[in-house]
Amino acid sequence: MKSPQYTREIPQRYRLEAQKCTRCGKIHFPPRLICSACHSRELEAITLPRQGKVLTWTVIHVPPANFSLEAPYIIAIVELEGGARLTCQVVDCDPDELAVDAPVELVFRRIKEDSPADIIQYGYKAVLRRG
Amino acid sequence: MRDVYVIGVGMTRFGELWEVSFKDLFVEAALAALDDAATDRLDAMYVGCMSSGLFVGQEHIGALLADYLGRNPIPATRVETACASAGAAIRLAYMEVAAGTSEVVLAGGVEKMTDGADVTAALATAADQEYEVYHGVTFPGLYALMARAHMHRYGTTREQLAQVAVKNHRHGALNPKAQFPFEITVEQVLASSMVADPLRLLDCSPVTDGAAALILASAEVAGQAQNHPPVLVIASAQATSTIALHNRPVITRLDAVQRAAEAAYKQAGITPDEVDVTEVHDCFTIAELCVMEALGYARPGEAAALVEAGETRIGGRMPINTSGGLKAKGHPVGASGAAQIVEITQQLRGEAGDRQVEGARIGLAQNMGGTGASCTVHILRAVS
Ligand SMILES: [Zn+2]
Repeated sequence: MKSPQYTREIPQRYRLEAQKCTRCGKIHFPPRLICSACHSRELEAITLPRQGKVLTWTVIHVPPANFSLEAPYIIAIVELEGGARLTCQVVDCDPDELAVDAPVELVFRRIKEDSPADIIQYGYKAVLRRG
Repeated sequence: MRDVYVIGVGMTRFGELWEVSFKDLFVEAALAALDDAATDRLDAMYVGCMSSGLFVGQEHIGALLADYLGRNPIPATRVETACASAGAAIRLAYMEVAAGTSEVVLAGGVEKMTDGADVTAALATAADQEYEVYHGVTFPGLYALMARAHMHRYGTTREQLAQVAVKNHRHGALNPKAQFPFEITVEQVLASSMVADPLRLLDCSPVTDGAAALILASAEVAGQAQNHPPVLVIASAQATSTIALHNRPVITRLDAVQRAAEAAYKQAGITPDEVDVTEVHDCFTIAELCVMEALGYARPGEAAALVEAGETRIGGRMPINTSGGLKAKGHPVGASGAAQIVEITQQLRGEAGDRQVEGARIGLAQNMGGTGASCTVHILRAVS
């Protein structure tokens, strides 16, 4: 990913900046120009909570080239409190510890480095909330 | 709107065809379709192709392929909806004939995947680059997320997923054009290498070179056809859903497939149980189950039991993927939707040989892109 494209997404990737539709209440992550549920263009900025749960997960054994050093790694669909959903890695845990509905928290981590000439990219990953 | 008929079909062999170029693949399929229709007339063409830019470094393929097919100056347009590209090309060709703009239109698809490109990265462009692929997910990974959710919600088993691949290879073994014309066992699927847990290598469709083409025509032209009985297109529908899998209300429910199917049944004036033979987009074993449920062939969570009972085999109550499906026949992504309708047309003509479904009168083809964000459904009927 080139740096202009990466830089534009920093508010979402670093701070989970999102939107709530002022008419119907639907939460959009990342932000967009029109609500997909009711077509309202009145959307207010919100910050997503970092707590949520795993809806489903997989362990990637055959990775894309730019993740080749990390495989195998866990990818999950996470539903955050309030209902927003996203896809991210789950780290610092063994796949055996995961289950549907497992409680997780998003943390700020290094995601990848596309090539030696490229920028190091950061964003959110999930960790298990234990105990 | 006028009636639209399929009067000719053609396809290349599917496989790793290193000796054949991108252009020649398409032209070979198109010539086979023209010969099958016994016509030399074409008024326009639509070519489905997911990613010639990434796979072979070539864009602007409408004009290119019209040139190499010797058809300049007819209008020629490339259509892209990821792995549903050919289905979308067929829909546009259908509408052009139905509208009365053209009498004879070629619709097809082509993909050349083995010329050395990074296939995983190219395929991943069909998902949300910034919010899915960014985090390291692959296409098998996205379908694995669906598989895990299906297993958790409905109790679908690992063995039941394997049975989809076993059934499709059983059919593919009867198809001389198939990339993998041989049978496999449940044990082999379960012992194959892990790609994205719970999906293993033999749950996944392969990387394939290939092309397929159809000739669509008005009733007047179809009435003059000599070689084969024409087949009537009784529905052509398309729908979309969210690009990111995580934004679907139910992860295992393919909303675009459901919408396209409902529209197609309405156009055709039929119910799902009237379909005699079906081709579905089994890019991964779990996809075939989710598609069956979205098409209304089974209630949510009940598709696997039908596969297990043999209902979806040739000879069963609802034969699915008689060609071998994407799994055994091969999956040249931009061509698969056209190859499905090649199979359905041959079935409805009674020309499917060892794979023939006895008395097949109505056939359905379902083609999708990404994790189902694009879907087309076509329904065809034998005329004679
Ligand atoms: Zn709204």
